[in-house]
Amino acid sequence: MTRYFTKDHEWISVDGDVATVGITDFAQNALGDITFVEVPEAGKAVSKGDTAAVVDSVKAASDVYAPVSGEVIEGNAALEEAPELVNTSPESEGWLWRMSVSDAGELADLMDEAAYAAYIAEL
Amino acid sequence: MSDTYNIDAGEEAEIPETLTLPLDAWHRARGGRMVEFAGYWMPVQYEGIMGEHLWTRENAGLFDVSHMGQLVVSSEDEDQQDAVTALEALMPADLSILKVGRQRYSLLLNETGGIIDDLMITRWPGGFFLIVNGATKWDDIGYLREFLPDDITLTHRDEFALLALQGPRAAEALASFGIAPAQPQIVPVDQLSFMQAGPYVWNGVELHISRSGYTGEDGYEIAVPAESAEALAEMLCTHEAVKPIGLGARDSLRMEAGLPLYGHDLNEEIDPISAGLSFAISKRRRAEGGFPGADRILTGLSQGTETVRVGLKLSGRQAAREGAEVYSGEDKVGVLTSGGFAPSLGCPIAMADVPAALGAPGTELFIDVRGKKLSATVAAMPFVPHRYFRKGAAK
Repeated sequence: MTRYFTKDHEWISVDGDVATVGITDFAQNALGDITFVEVPEAGKAVSKGDTAAVVDSVKAASDVYAPVSGEVIEGNAALEEAPELVNTSPESEGWLWRMSVSDAGELADLMDEAAYAAYIAEL
Repeated sequence: MSDTYNIDAGEEAEIPETLTLPLDAWHRARGGRMVEFAGYWMPVQYEGIMGEHLWTRENAGLFDVSHMGQLVVSSEDEDQQDAVTALEALMPADLSILKVGRQRYSLLLNETGGIIDDLMITRWPGGFFLIVNGATKWDDIGYLREFLPDDITLTHRDEFALLALQGPRAAEALASFGIAPAQPQIVPVDQLSFMQAGPYVWNGVELHISRSGYTGEDGYEIAVPAESAEALAEMLCTHEAVKPIGLGARDSLRMEAGLPLYGHDLNEEIDPISAGLSFAISKRRRAEGGFPGADRILTGLSQGTETVRVGLKLSGRQAAREGAEVYSGEDKVGVLTSGGFAPSLGCPIAMADVPAALGAPGTELFIDVRGKKLSATVAAMPFVPHRYFRKGAAK
């Protein structure tokens, strides 16, 4: 399983042609207390860069973009009752959705963990 | 991921750069996340808005509100009758019966009865002390200079910081630091009643303390010379009940308390009656008028207004924010003037201007959030009961 990162602070873990997407610890820290998460429905087709989820914090509502194109397999149902999982476990239990990856070539545009760490260090 | 709606920053086109307040370094040292607000750098949060909000409801929160304008209006005559007359021409409070050391909520009104600003006014022995909003203070000063007669003195006390200590343990905390009444007739801080104020002395420093605030909780607002603000904040935070609280929780606390925010729920188009502020029109002024926009305001009082400011409770957990459209069935009937998650209630709340016919508690409305219609119910405000300290009143 390989994990990639976007400049918009999403992470995507890819296992073959299936991927799990969430927001990074940096992102959840910037957003503050998360009170609601709208995850995409299974079967929804998303293109790279589309708004796929919305994360609502006490401060603001933020779009979460699809890092690559594909079809949503499932949204994280646990977030309906426990949106705070995105704060407490952003890169594990607080995942947002799973999806198929239709064009693995799109992953080439993303950062690996070291590149992302360097990127946020500059912000 | 991107922020689509941010904490509202003040609109201060006239001020070219963001200014710092006396506690700037103190906030940063304590981990405050600084944002631009009303032309100043201010802390939006320290540990997190939710925790800070709940802490204030259960303990005591220390807020830096030094961005607000502290003004004194006074006249030459000893009993300040000229200042009363001059101020009553601009606001609907009955200042003739306001005793020394008593505070009122009032409004600066324009000729059509719209609200230029909302403010707190306290009678001092030698004048009236006004606390006005930070984002509007420069306009207020210009307005007052223009419309107060030449023999009335307006002083901007910009050498003072302003701290608010709010919450059920605020009195216990403030009373523990040896802050003494500056004059024999002034009561100790924990015996002040809601909307009462006076001069105090702490370590030789002059403080002006009022029992008031913007959270719905018991608490105080403390004017302190800028050079002593950091020492005072530092000392207050040594009490185990006191933590510094940012602007984010200040906003969610005031929303739960049903208190309007100028520039959002109040503006120059909205009159006080539509805004639910009839209590700010004093009895004598209702009978006599003589304040700007009195015709429209008194007509609104006797006949009702077209729109009313209502509170809304949303079902579900998704919040709706300022600017979201409000629907009754298929009809657009208004917009949200404030909105967000209410930490003490565990659900989103909002305020909106809607037609008066839709203002009754229990009325079912919808709020459009990104094309999704969230259901909402008109609710009586405050959403969270006020817990002000009124001396002599049953607790």
